[in-house]
Amino acid sequence: MSKSFLSVESLSKSFPASGKNEDLVVFENVDFKIEQGEFVCIIGHSGCGKSTILNILAGLDSASDGVVIMDGREVAGPSLERGVVFQNYSLLPWLSALQNVIFGVRSRWPQWSKKQIQEHSEKFLKLVGLEEAMQRKPAQLSGGMRQRVSIARAFATQPKLLLLDEPFGALDALTRGNIQDELLKIWSETKQTVFMITHDVDEAILLADRVLLMSNGPRASIAESVSISIPRPRDRSSIIEHPGYYKIRNHLVNFLVKRAGDKEDSGSGTRIVDPAADAPVDAGAQSDLLRSAPGQEKSFKVSG
Amino acid sequence: MPLNMRAALVSVAILFVWLLLWESATPVPEATEALSEFELLMGGADQEARVPPPSKVVGHAWDELSNPFYDAGPNDKGIGIQLGYSLYRVLTGYLAAALIAIPLGFVIGMSPLMYKALNPFIQVLRPISPLAWMPLALFIIKDSEKSAIFVIFICSIWPMLINTAFGVANVRGDWLRVAKTHELGPLSTAFRVILPAAAPTILTGMRISIGIAWLVIVAAEMLVGGTGIGYYVWNEWNNLDLNSVIFSILMIGVVGMLLDLALSAVSRLVQYQE
Ligand SMILES: Nc1ncnc2c1ncn2[C@@H]1O[C@H](COP(=O)(O)OP(=O)(O)OP(=O)(O)O)[C@@H](O)[C@H]1O
Ligand SMILES: [Mg+2]
Repeated sequence: MSKSFLSVESLSKSFPASGKNEDLVVFENVDFKIEQGEFVCIIGHSGCGKSTILNILAGLDSASDGVVIMDGREVAGPSLERGVVFQNYSLLPWLSALQNVIFGVRSRWPQWSKKQIQEHSEKFLKLVGLEEAMQRKPAQLSGGMRQRVSIARAFATQPKLLLLDEPFGALDALTRGNIQDELLKIWSETKQTVFMITHDVDEAILLADRVLLMSNGPRASIAESVSISIPRPRDRSSIIEHPGYYKIRNHLVNFLVKRAGDKEDSGSGTRIVDPAADAPVDAGAQSDLLRSAPGQEKSFKVSG
Repeated sequence: MPLNMRAALVSVAILFVWLLLWESATPVPEATEALSEFELLMGGADQEARVPPPSKVVGHAWDELSNPFYDAGPNDKGIGIQLGYSLYRVLTGYLAAALIAIPLGFVIGMSPLMYKALNPFIQVLRPISPLAWMPLALFIIKDSEKSAIFVIFICSIWPMLINTAFGVANVRGDWLRVAKTHELGPLSTAFRVILPAAAPTILTGMRISIGIAWLVIVAAEMLVGGTGIGYYVWNEWNNLDLNSVIFSILMIGVVGMLLDLALSAVSRLVQYQE
């Protein structure tokens, strides 16, 4: 057994049959591990079960089979140890931006003084560049600003694991780029472990240490774990000049367009890939940047 | 000109036209002063025009409002005192109803079981005219004052109960998930998330209730008598003092409007934009 920070073991989720149909198995045999401080993105076609996996990690949903173990303990129910940023921001509309962050901080450290809570919350709002808008209600903020508040709230509670469900899905490209920068900045300062769903291949390459590729449902699984071996700090404008960038990008796009639906992929374990290195990587030859320990993920399971 | 100004102008114009029509349709019967009370009761010399013109009503209103709190015996109290009695009953019954309806509405809204279990009772009790409770209330409570308060209680409880339950049951799942991921206990969730989320709906219920309570108190006081604006209207009708009847009708409207304005001010405080 490994001592990974987070380990997801043969997770599956099915929904009861409606009418005469068989049970709907959304995904099965999902195995992966995340190391402390790692930034992992998951990509897959719509409906393959990414949000379901994230909700199970958050403790908001329960799996039909399998376990999630974080820090040596099984995940059962929601906890402040795992912060969630939902796609629709989920800010409380009757509270100002600052009060929304305070809501999180106060729940996390109820014993703190009012002043301490306020200062801590303001610090994180400043980190996402919102010092001017702290007193405004969510309805008076743009979509991008709301998402920043939501990110500030999640980071301010300093959870051991941050779960982001398509946090930038509803934003235009320009705003999205800016907030990606904010996210990288705040992540590099806090060194939190992040698990993020995205539909955007370039976003995944910019942010992640590793990208998990999900095959199409039903009976989806994690087909590949792709290392993004591009050194940090990364920068949106210069990252495309890195020699590995297009290799990785082509690999990811190729998977999504051509191979995500291949049924041979599912159930046969997760392949470890490093497209930026020319030869297929061997677990021992990983650079220091890749904090993952991929050798353990090769769990060959019989297809169900 | 801004819209509000124009609207105010039109309002004044409508009022003016209405008063003019009213005034011209009800010429002061001559020699009214000379008629004895007996003749007045019998319809007097003039068989038709009993409704006083606005000029007389306004004059009477001026007299009444310049001394609203005089008390000259059980049948002759100032309009302020009568309104005070009615307001006291309405507010007492209404607050008691709120104290029960809002917590109970929370329980019903949060628990599908309680919702299903209590729904038949609510559906049967709600359509009962509040005045239908009066005989039973008088029999059990044996006090007309308290019975009137009970009638207010029973009529204002339903909108608050139903709106609270509805508001609580329909709090957005996202916000409840925020509460869960922040490890809020049931009480914290109720006070920090559900209450503010449902507050606008609850306030709507409270506003409907106060409106109904004010409608019902007039009828209830006509029934139980003694004091209050409802009794006052009925008493002045018996005295055939139509000046007072019209004046008190106006006052009922004004006080009802003020109650509604007060609650709408509160509801603006808890309103939020999604
Ligand atoms: N309560 C439910 N009952 C039945 N099926 C469900 C239920 N909830 C989700 N599903 C199914 O589970 C599958 C996965 O849903 P999920 O929301 O996790 O997908 P996703 O990968 O996040 O998609 P997207 O990228 O569009 O957000 C979908 O096919 C959906 O139809
Ligand atoms: Mg989703």
